[in-house]
Amino acid sequence: MLERKRLTSGLTVTSKVFVRSRNGGATKIVREHYLRDDIPCYSTLCEICHEHLKPDAAGLLPQFVLSSTPQKLTSGEMHYVVVDTNIMLHAVDMLENTACFCDVIIPQTALDEVKARSFPIYQRIRALVKGSDKRFVVFHNEFHESTYINRGKLETINDRNDRAIRKTAKWYQDHLPSVKIIFLCNDKDNRTKAIADGLESYSLSQYIDCLPNADDLRDLVPQENVSFSGDRPEISFPEYYSNSRIMGGIKNGTLYQGIINISPYNILQGSVLVPAFKKPLLIIGSKNLNRAFHSDSVIVELLPKDKWREPSSTIVEESAVAQNDNPDEDDDINGSEPKGVISDNERRLLAQEALHVTSESKEQQLRLQPTAKVVGISRRSWRYYVGQVDPLSVSESGNASKTCFVVLMDKVLPKIRIRTRKATDLLGKRIVVVVDSWPSTSKHPQGHFVRSLGDVESAEAETEALLLEHDVEYRPFSKNVLDCLPKEGANWKVPETLNMADGQLAQRKDLRDKLVCSIDPPGCVDIDDALHARKLPNGNYEVGVHIADVTHFVKPNTALDQEGASRGTSVYLVDKRIDMLPMLLGTNLCSLKPYVDRFAFSVIWELDQNAEIVNVDYMKSIIKSREAFSYEQAQLRIDDKSQNDELTQSMRILLKLSKKLKQKRLDAGALNLASPEVKVHMDSETSDPGEVEIKKLLETNSLVEEFMLFANISVARKIYDAYPQTAMLRRHAPPPATNFEALNEMLRVRKKGMSISLESSKALADSLDRCEDPNDPYFNTLLRIMSTRCMMAAEYFPSGSYGYPEFRHYGLAVDIYTHFTSPIRRYCDVVAHRQLAGAIGYENLDLSHRDKTKMELIVKNINRRHRNAQFAGRASIEYYVGQVMRNNESVHEGYVIKCFNNGIVVLVPKFGVEGLIKLDLLGKVDSAVYDEDKFELTFEDHSGKKRVVGVFDKVEVDVKSVKDEVTGKRKAQLLLKK
Amino acid sequence: MTFSSQANADGTATVQQGLTTASATVFGPREPRAQSRGTLLHDRASLSVEVGEAAWAQQGGSKRSRGDKRLTEVAAAIRDTFEPVVMLQLYPRTEISVYVQVLGSDGGILSTAINATTLALIDAGVAMTDYITSLSIGLHLTQPLLDLSGPEESDIPHLVVACLPSTGKITLATLETRIHVDRFEEMLDVGVEGCRVLHAEMQAEVRQRTTTIVERMQMGQGSTTAVATA
Repeated sequence: MLERKRLTSGLTVTSKVFVRSRNGGATKIVREHYLRDDIPCYSTLCEICHEHLKPDAAGLLPQFVLSSTPQKLTSGEMHYVVVDTNIMLHAVDMLENTACFCDVIIPQTALDEVKARSFPIYQRIRALVKGSDKRFVVFHNEFHESTYINRGKLETINDRNDRAIRKTAKWYQDHLPSVKIIFLCNDKDNRTKAIADGLESYSLSQYIDCLPNADDLRDLVPQENVSFSGDRPEISFPEYYSNSRIMGGIKNGTLYQGIINISPYNILQGSVLVPAFKKPLLIIGSKNLNRAFHSDSVIVELLPKDKWREPSSTIVEESAVAQNDNPDEDDDINGSEPKGVISDNERRLLAQEALHVTSESKEQQLRLQPTAKVVGISRRSWRYYVGQVDPLSVSESGNASKTCFVVLMDKVLPKIRIRTRKATDLLGKRIVVVVDSWPSTSKHPQGHFVRSLGDVESAEAETEALLLEHDVEYRPFSKNVLDCLPKEGANWKVPETLNMADGQLAQRKDLRDKLVCSIDPPGCVDIDDALHARKLPNGNYEVGVHIADVTHFVKPNTALDQEGASRGTSVYLVDKRIDMLPMLLGTNLCSLKPYVDRFAFSVIWELDQNAEIVNVDYMKSIIKSREAFSYEQAQLRIDDKSQNDELTQSMRILLKLSKKLKQKRLDAGALNLASPEVKVHMDSETSDPGEVEIKKLLETNSLVEEFMLFANISVARKIYDAYPQTAMLRRHAPPPATNFEALNEMLRVRKKGMSISLESSKALADSLDRCEDPNDPYFNTLLRIMSTRCMMAAEYFPSGSYGYPEFRHYGLAVDIYTHFTSPIRRYCDVVAHRQLAGAIGYENLDLSHRDKTKMELIVKNINRRHRNAQFAGRASIEYYVGQVMRNNESVHEGYVIKCFNNGIVVLVPKFGVEGLIKLDLLGKVDSAVYDEDKFELTFEDHSGKKRVVGVFDKVEVDVKSVKDEVTGKRKAQLLLKK
Repeated sequence: MTFSSQANADGTATVQQGLTTASATVFGPREPRAQSRGTLLHDRASLSVEVGEAAWAQQGGSKRSRGDKRLTEVAAAIRDTFEPVVMLQLYPRTEISVYVQVLGSDGGILSTAINATTLALIDAGVAMTDYITSLSIGLHLTQPLLDLSGPEESDIPHLVVACLPSTGKITLATLETRIHVDRFEEMLDVGVEGCRVLHAEMQAEVRQRTTTIVERMQMGQGSTTAVATA
C-alpha cells in the first residue's frame, strides 16, 4: 500500500480570480481546488494504478475499461486516442461510429469546454462513456496531481486549456509506455506544440488515414471550412449583423426575432410571426432569406413599404431554381464575373411577380404584407437530415473524392453540398447528412455524410428515414432504463392479499368484484383504459373508468421516467409502433389485460338518469378485467338481443349514458371536424400494404371516447383544484379570425350565400352544418377538412401559464381539460396521474411537478413530441398509400382546394392524399390566366380546349404513384382528366 | 491547526478548514471583570463567548459589524455547545471568556469556530469531559458531503453537527433548510464519522504541542540548572 499524501502536504491549489463587479470595482474570488493522487488511468494494461484505488461514496471501485488489446493502426501499433474539444464538437458522429474510435480518453478540461459550447453534444459524449462497448473514459486531469496546471501570466484561458489537454496526453504517454498515445487535434498550432512536447499528434483526417479501414471512414470526416469552389466566391450573401448590433436593434425595436417558416409551396418565400405585428412578416427571395433554414430562430429587419408584397401565388420548388447548378462550379471558370445571388431562373420568377404587383388594385393593397430580410440567426435548427444524392450532380465514376448535392426529403430545405468518394455507390440510397456550415460565399450549405439507411423505397429505410426526419427517438431502451423495471419481469403479479404492512398498498381499493371490461381497436395490446357500470338501488348509475396505473412502475426521477419524459409519446406508424415505455410495462404489466389482476387508477362517478354528476371519487385500485373487446365485438354484443348477462347489460348502460354525454357536448358547441384519415390494411403474411380504407366509426368508438373525455374533464378539475399553479392541462385556443379569411372569401365567391361564422364554437359548428351542397354530399366533409386546417393546434400547459378563461378547449367546448386516460402512450397522462395521486393524498407529489419552470420544460417537450409524432404517423400513411397506388392506377374524384397561377392542389378523398398539379401537366403554360378574385385558373389543355378550374370544383383525376427521381419520394401524381 | 502563541491569553488556537480560518482566544478561569460581575455564579464558572469577524474575512468585501445577528447567533451556539462539556463546577465564582475571530470566511464558520474553541480551551488547560469536534454536512441529491465551502453552503441544504467523539453524543445539530427524514439520519451518521476523524487529527496536534512544551520545559530546566551550576 502506498503512503497516502495528506491534503496539507500540497494536494491543494488556491486560485485567485479578479472579477469586474457591476459598479466597476474589482472583486476577488478565491477558490480552493483539491488535487488527488488516486485517480486511475483506467487502462487494463496498467499495473500501478490498481494499488492506490479508493472506493467512491457508494463503496464501488472505479472500473478499468481501456482495453489491453486496443485497435491497431496500419503500422501495427496499438493505440489509445486523446481527443480535444474541437474534435468532439465537430466529429461527434464519428466518435459514435462503431467502426472506429474505441479506447478514447477524454480529458475533463475538454469535456467541460464541450459542455459549455454545446450541451447536446456533451450528453452524447456522456452516453458514449456510459455505454461501455466503445471504451470511452473521462480522465479528470484537473484534479490529478500530476496533470493539473496553473494558468500562466498572459496566457489566455484557451491556451491554458489546450496545454492542460496536452499535459494529459503526455502523462498517459509516460504512464503507459506499452501503448501508443495519439493526441487528436485539428488545430495546426496546437499540434506543433504537442509534437514539440514529444507527443504523437494527428489531425482527424490524418488519423483516419492511419486506420486499416480508412476507406470506409474517410467520407465521414466533417468539412473543416474547406471552400468547395476554390477562392472565387460563387455568390455572396449579405453578412450577418454583429452581435452587439442585433442586441441593440432588438432592444430599440428596429429588429425582430422569430422562428422562420418556409412556405411549403415556394422555397423562396418564408414568413416570420413576430408578436409586434398581426400579420406574419414575409421574406421573399434567397437574398432576403439569407441562408436561413426552415424553423431557425432568426433576426429580421423590416423592408421599406414600397417593397411590401402580397404572398406569392406561384409554386417554386428547389428543382426549378437550382436545377442546373454544378456542385463543383468548375465549368464556368472562364466566366468573367461571379454570379449574383439571383440566378436567371429565379430572376424570371421575380419578374413575373413584379409585373403582377404593378397592376395592383385597391383590394390587393389590402392583402399587402410587410416584408423583411434576415440579418442574423440566433439559433440554427440544424439536425440530422435525411435525403439522397442528386443523380444529376454526380458526373463520372471514379474513386476520387467528389462534391455532390444531397436533396433532402423535407421540401422546404435547400440542397446540401457534401464531398464523398462514394457518390456513385450512394445513388439510390437514403442517406443521413449533417450540415456543417453555410458560409456567405457559398450558394448551398455545406455538410458531410453520416450514414446510409438503405435503398430508397425499402420499408426499413423509409421508416427509419421518417423517424429521423421527425426527430423520434427509436433506439431500443438503454440498460439503465430497463434496470428500473420490476425485477420479476413478466412474472410480476399483483399481491394476493392487500397486506396492511405496505402503507401504499393498504390505500388501494379492491375493485376486483366490479364487472370491468375494455373496448379497444382490434389487435390492441397496450390497453390503458377499462370501464364498468352498474345500476344503483336509488335509480342512479355507478360508472367507473379505470386507467392503467403506470406511475406505480414509473417513479419520478428514475432513468425510466426521464426516458419517458424525453420521448413524450408513443409513435404509431402503419407497420410499427415506437413505444414511450418499454414493452414489458406497456403491453403487459400496465396493460389492463383481461382475466388477470392489475393495478389501476379509477375514477368512479354516480350519475343520474340524465348523466349529470351526483358524486365523483378518485382512487388507486386493483381491478380484474372480465373481457377485452374490440369495437366491433362490443357493438355486436350490445346489439345482440339474446345476450342479457350482467356484462352486456352494463355495456348497454354505458352506451345509453355516453349518448347523453355526447348530446350535451354537441349542445355546448363541440366541433365535429373532419380529417381525410385513412387506414392502410396490411397483408398479414407478406406485410405488403393491401388496400386503403377510410376509417369508419361505430357507436362503441364514441362510447369509449365520451367516457374518456368525461374522465379527463373530471380529473382536470381535481388537479387544478389541488395545484392551481402547476396542474398539467390541455387547451385549445379559438382560431383567430384571420385564419378563416381566405376560406370565407373562397366560400363567398365560389359558393353563394355560404359562410363560416366564428363568434363561438357553437356558431362555427352550426354554420358548418348549414354549408351543404345538395348536389354534392361530400362538400360538407371537404369544408370540415379545410376548416380543421384553419384551427389552432391544441397544446399542453401548466395551469399557471394562463388565466382560467383561457383554459378553454375550443374543439370540445369545455372550460378545462387534460389528458389522463392513456398513460402508457403519453407522458402528459403520467404527470396527470402523479398530480391526481398527490391530490387524493395517495403519495407525495414529486417536486418537479410542483415547480412551474420545470413543468414548463416538460410541457414544451411533450408539445413538440406530440406534434412530431402526428407528422410521423401521417408521413407513414402517406408512404404506404403511395405503395398501394403503385399497384392500382385508377381514375378518382378529387376536389380542388387551392389555386395558384401556375398550378392547382387537388384532394382525393378515396386515398386521403392531396397533390399539386403543375401547369405544364395541365396544359399550355403561356395560355394560363389566373383570376385571383374568383379563385379560378383558365388555361388551354394539351388538345387546345379552353378549361376553367376553380376552388371547390369537383374534378376527375388520374391517380398514379410516381417516384420523384430527385428526392426519391414516391408521391401521388394526379392528372386532370377531361 | 495551530496553537498560536498570544502572550497575554491563557490559551489560543487557530483552525483553518479550507479557506475558512477562525482563531479562538481563551481567558480564564479568572475573576469576573467589573462589567460582567452580574453574571457571576456561585457554584460554577460562567462561560461567555464573543464572535467577531475581521474586516477582510468576507469575499467581496462586505463587512459584518460586531453586533451582527448572525455572529451573535454563532456565539450563542458555541456557548450552548460548550456549557455541558466544560467542567464549570470546578471553577466556581470565575469567568471563562472565549473570543473567536473569524479571519477568513468561506463557509462553515460555526464548525471551524467550535473546533478552534475546543483547542483553545485545551490550550488554556480548562477541564473538559471530552473534545468537541464539529463539521458541516451538505446533501447533494442523495449524497452527503462533508465540510462545505461558501458557494456550496449557499446552494445545497446543510446541517452543522458538533459531537463528543469518544461517546458519539451530539451536542449541537442545526439545520436551516428542509430535508427528508431518511436523509437526515444518513447525514448525521456520516457527520459523526467525520467528527471522529477530526478528533484524531486534533488529538495528534495536541499531543505534539504538549510534547514540544514538555521538551522546552526540560530544556529550560536544563539551562537553569546549567546557569545555577555556572
